[in-house]
Amino acid sequence: MNKIFPDARSALADLLKDGMTLMSGGFGLCGIPQILIEAIHDLKVKDLTVISNNAGVDGAGLGILLETRQIKKMISSYVGENKLFERQYLAGELELEFNPQGTLAERIRAGGAGIPAFFTKTGVGTLVAEGKELREFDGATYVMECGLVADVSIVHAYKGDTEGNLVYRKTARNFNPMMAAAGKVTVAQVEHLVEAGEIDPDAVHTPGIFVHRIVHTPNVAKPIEKRTTRQRIAA
Amino acid sequence: MLGMGPFPFEGEEDADLINAGKQTITELSTTSYFSSADSFGMIRGGHIDLAILGAMEVSERGDLANWMIPGKMVKGMGGAMDLVAGVKRVVVVMEHTAKGLPKLLHRCTLPLTGTAVVDLVITDLAVFSIDKHGKDGMTLIELADGVSLDEIKANTEANFKVAPDLKTKAA
Repeated sequence: MNKIFPDARSALADLLKDGMTLMSGGFGLCGIPQILIEAIHDLKVKDLTVISNNAGVDGAGLGILLETRQIKKMISSYVGENKLFERQYLAGELELEFNPQGTLAERIRAGGAGIPAFFTKTGVGTLVAEGKELREFDGATYVMECGLVADVSIVHAYKGDTEGNLVYRKTARNFNPMMAAAGKVTVAQVEHLVEAGEIDPDAVHTPGIFVHRIVHTPNVAKPIEKRTTRQRIAA
Repeated sequence: MLGMGPFPFEGEEDADLINAGKQTITELSTTSYFSSADSFGMIRGGHIDLAILGAMEVSERGDLANWMIPGKMVKGMGGAMDLVAGVKRVVVVMEHTAKGLPKLLHRCTLPLTGTAVVDLVITDLAVFSIDKHGKDGMTLIELADGVSLDEIKANTEANFKVAPDLKTKAA
């Protein structure tokens, strides 16, 4: 099966439907599938439920889908870098479900692994646990959280081969591996596309079985959200 | 990642290498990389010894509110709820008051980040320990330079004991 598509638009066009659930990898602007997000923007699909740790910033990442009001609901842990998000939410134009970051990561991991729910201490006694089942284990209280899956997951990887095996780079891994596994269809943008066999099988982060479509996006711009540096001390 | 290095030299920033505050950082010889699910497995699984957080309110039994002001601030809790639920020792560092009003309260009024989770509170005026698992509540253990016990009493709503060996600088 050929998994390689010539561009983001052709990889996504027949998958996108109004009202669908989308997972989008990345943490802040690090490891986000920017080219795939831009294609979703151009394809004008709307009423999306988007599962992503953050909502991009004004003008980048998922921020560009907020500008066009293509997103109906976000499931995220932190959206503080996006002013437009705050404005749309406080005006009642956007639905929002906040999850603790670890709970969000685990819900996605569970979804991809076929686990419908799990219990965690995180959020017990807070708004997060309201309306959810509580259970005692060894004298401590845990709240039940449900697994998450998506109609389509979009992820960014450093390297991919023609089988869909993926390798991420440094902290750009973040949510991408769990989301790749939790998508009914997963589309990956890769900075480097190589032939099967060129990635050491022991070094594969996401096995190709989770990845259905691949788009080669060389020289993709990788913006830095907060540039922090130190001074060189003169010798 | 585990094993975070210092900020990079100018020109050596790597967009694929950031910390939880999205700042560019560097790696060390001890660094390891993993997914966010593994990160929070470490946190939730009790493998992390210490977390230091800011706070908007802390209650005398160790409840913490630091993520939301209804109708005003909508940013999200990020990893704060996971940290306070999973890390062995939780330290809060904050201003003692906000606009002149106490932040150390009998009960938090803002949405909680966790219940009975804070072990130690360090403010600009004093340090308090909290017996979050027991019944000893909050104890004043240290005063900042030139700060009197009366000043703490006037600026603290929470009930607290004064440690018999209260540390204070001679005024």
